[in-house]
Amino acid sequence: MRVAMNVNGEEVGAEVEPRMLLVHFLRDELGLTGTHWGCDTSNCGTCVVWMDGEPVKSCTVLAAMASGRDVRTVEGLEQGTQLDPVQEGFMQEHGLQCGFCTPGMMMTARWLLDHNPDPSEAEIREAISGQICRCTGYENIVRAIRWAAAHQPAKEVAS
Amino acid sequence: MQTPAPFEYEHASSVDEALALLERHGPETRLVAGGHSLLPMMKLRLARPERLVDVNDLTDLAYVRREGDQIAIGALTRHAQLASSPLLASLYPIFQDAERVIADPVVRNRGTIGGSLCQGDPAEDLSAVVATLGGSLKIRSRTGERVVAARDFYLGPYETQVGPAEMVTEVVIPIRPGAGSAYEKVERRPGDWAIAAVGCFLTVSGGVIADCGIGLAAVGAPGLPALEAEAALRGRPAGEEAYAAAAQMAAAHCRPQTDQRGPAEYKRDLVAELTRRALRRAAARVMAGGA
Repeated sequence: MRVAMNVNGEEVGAEVEPRMLLVHFLRDELGLTGTHWGCDTSNCGTCVVWMDGEPVKSCTVLAAMASGRDVRTVEGLEQGTQLDPVQEGFMQEHGLQCGFCTPGMMMTARWLLDHNPDPSEAEIREAISGQICRCTGYENIVRAIRWAAAHQPAKEVAS
Repeated sequence: MQTPAPFEYEHASSVDEALALLERHGPETRLVAGGHSLLPMMKLRLARPERLVDVNDLTDLAYVRREGDQIAIGALTRHAQLASSPLLASLYPIFQDAERVIADPVVRNRGTIGGSLCQGDPAEDLSAVVATLGGSLKIRSRTGERVVAARDFYLGPYETQVGPAEMVTEVVIPIRPGAGSAYEKVERRPGDWAIAAVGCFLTVSGGVIADCGIGLAAVGAPGLPALEAEAALRGRPAGEEAYAAAAQMAAAHCRPQTDQRGPAEYKRDLVAELTRRALRRAAARVMAGGA
C-alpha cells in the first residue's frame, strides 16, 4: 500500500506492506537511522518520535497509521546548524553514555519543555518514565533536560 | 525482530463505515485504534487478524462529558485525555489514580479506553475501574445499538460481548453525588501490569455506607467485582471494621493464579490489603467533599 506523510517538514511517501512499523519505515525506507529500534515491545522508548505533535513509540505504530500525519524525528530537532537546547544539554551534562536511548529521550524532553518550560526533577522523571537507559545514566539525563530548560532560546517576539 | 503476520489494512472515516467494513470482511477483521494492545499481540502472533480497520480518524468519539446524571466517555478517548479530564478528576478521581499507573506517559498518548476495555485482559486497569463504578458500554452494529453493563461485558479472559460486526462507541458511568473513589495497584516496576489492584467507590450518608463498588484486577476475570464485599459494606458504618470485613471477603472472592508475578496466596493477601487502602482513601475523599 502507498503511505505518505510529512517527516521533519518534508513530504515523503513509499509503497510498503501494511504490517510495516513506523520505526522501520523511518530507518529502512527513509534512511533516518537517528530513531533507534530497541525492545520491539513499547517498553524501552528509544524509538520515540512525534506524531501530530505528540510523542509516540514508533515500534507500536504502523507506518500506515502515520500516513497523512506529521512526524518529527530526532533529525528534526536541529534548526539549520543550530542544535536544539535539548541536544546541547545532553552534550553539556553528559546525558548519554552508549547513546542508544538518547534519540527517544531527547524527543520526549523536547515535548516536555514545549509544554512545561521549567519542569521539576519529578516532572522530568515522570515524563521519561516510559524510557529505559540501560547504562542507568538517568541522573545526567535529568540534568541535561534541566540544562535545556535553563537555556531555552529566546522566543521570537512578533513586532 | 517482531513483525505481525501479513494483513490487509483500511481506514474508516465514520462509525458507519467501520461497521460496514466489519460486516463485509467478516470475523477475521479487527478494529485498531491506539494499537498498544493489539499490535503487540499481533507481533507475538497471539492475534492474527486478516484485516485491520483503522478508526483513529473517528475523532468525534474522543470526549469526556457530562450528560444529565451520567458521564459519557467516547471509545476513542485516549488515556492521556482521561488523566487530564477535570470532570473525571472532580467526580471520580479513581480514573486519575489508575491512569497514573497505566503503562507510561508516551503509551498513554495512544491507548484508548475502548481498546483497553475490548482487549479483555484480566489485569487491565480501566476494566476494573469501569466495573467498580457499575458503568456500561454502548455497542453499535449496523442494525442498532445495545447497552451492556461492564460487569456483564466479559465472557472470559480476552473475550467480550462484542460481536464480529460490532463496535464499542461509548462508556457510560453513573454520577453519584458526593461519592469518593480510589484505585490501588501494586506492580513489579512502574508501568507494568498489576500483580493485583483494587478499585472502589463509596457514598456515605450519616456515617453509614449507602452505596459502594469494588472491582479487582489481575486476580480473576477482567474487572472482577467483589460482590460479597460490596454487600457487606452497604448499610454498615464507614470505618476500619467495615473495611477489614470487606477486605477479607474480597480476598476470598478473587481467583489469583501463581505466575511470574507471584504466588496465589501472596496475591490474595495483597487484595485484602489493597481493598483496605482503597476504601480508606475513597472514604477520605468522601469527607473531603467527594473529590
